Amino acid sequence: MTDRLKVLTAGIIRENPVLVLVLGTCPTLAVSTSALNALGMGLAATFVLIGSNIVISLLKNAIPDKVRIPCYIVVIAGFVTVVQLLLNAFVPSLYSALGIFLPLIVVNCIILGRAEAFANKNGVLDSALDGIGMGLGFTLALFAIGTVREIIGFGTFFGMPVIGEDATTISIIGLAPGGFFVYGCIIAILNKVSNGRAVKRKSFDCESCPSFAACGGEKGECAK
Amino acid sequence: MKELLAILLTSMLVENFVLAKFLAICSFLGVSKKLDAAVGMSFAVIFVMLMATAATWPIYHFILDPNGLGYLQTIVFILVIAALVQFVEMFLKKFVPPLYSALGIFLPLITTNCAVLGVVVLNITKEYRFLPSMVNSLGAGLGYLLAMVLFCGVRSKVDTADVPKCFKGVPITLAAASIMSVSFMGFTGLVTGLFG
Repeated sequence: MTDRLKVLTAGIIRENPVLVLVLGTCPTLAVSTSALNALGMGLAATFVLIGSNIVISLLKNAIPDKVRIPCYIVVIAGFVTVVQLLLNAFVPSLYSALGIFLPLIVVNCIILGRAEAFANKNGVLDSALDGIGMGLGFTLALFAIGTVREIIGFGTFFGMPVIGEDATTISIIGLAPGGFFVYGCIIAILNKVSNGRAVKRKSFDCESCPSFAACGGEKGECAK
Repeated sequence: MKELLAILLTSMLVENFVLAKFLAICSFLGVSKKLDAAVGMSFAVIFVMLMATAATWPIYHFILDPNGLGYLQTIVFILVIAALVQFVEMFLKKFVPPLYSALGIFLPLITTNCAVLGVVVLNITKEYRFLPSMVNSLGAGLGYLLAMVLFCGVRSKVDTADVPKCFKGVPITLAAASIMSVSFMGFTGLVTGLFG
């Protein structure tokens, strides 16, 4: 039972995909302009992650090793299409706010990475728990960055004004440069608080490359 | 002509794929350490983007859309890109070995590069015709090349700089990217200014 709990909590804190492993940077930066968008993106990706983890773990003996990456991509793309159709039907405002980053969940390196590193080797229940944990970790990190950017950049939280009307907002935090900056600062704060123990990815080498799971090239060759 | 030039400049500078649209951040941060690698990766991306656009645009407009299968776009496009990358890799290896040794090592990274899927999906959402789609993809690729090469120069300074300990590595790289993104905001209004 404690093992199961460990699998579930790993993604939320110790191996948080966004803040500790620095994966899935594109959607993290792009949709974290407001707390609501961040939450929506996080939950959409969580749904896809849980679904693809379960299906891939069920199919792990049926999928030939050589074509496993294309197979994973098809499974993931299937779930992404389901999310797209559901959001378009029931939450059209979120559908248009997430825009192109909704279909791009397909190439989100967290999802493909978990398929290759976890669901491929573990049972259905563990894979589902791993999907929940990683998905929540992704959602929490996005929500944190989105909250900071929405409050500083627009002076609102979930669309409601939170700072006085005469206070000035720093609108650049809500724009593209602010995304990079706030993300960097949050990792730096985590580094400081944990004395450098929390953040596993110190630089961008081969093992921590987001495409490591899908890459068929020689190790370290692309950086030469 | 004017329209095509406007599309090219928009996707290359004003709405730079990396620094304004946040696509392909992973490879932007990962492969921008050495200039050779950055340039090689960028040309591989431009190549695959153009091929992918040339393949997906007809598929969407002649097969998926007329049959009411538009919702299958995501699945079909990613499969086309994956197959295309595999095919290009085999073709280059067999027939153009010099090009393969220059670009081949980056090809496996490109299937999961979100800029490629991003640009083909954007071409459909923006309802571009075929030629503007190709120009948009070219602009996106050139913008990626520009961002990679410029950032490569910044990286070489940042990596040797004396920064606070907690900012070392990933955080300072992101902060540097943020400042570069500010500089690209300077292109806002360029296209409307030039072409009215």
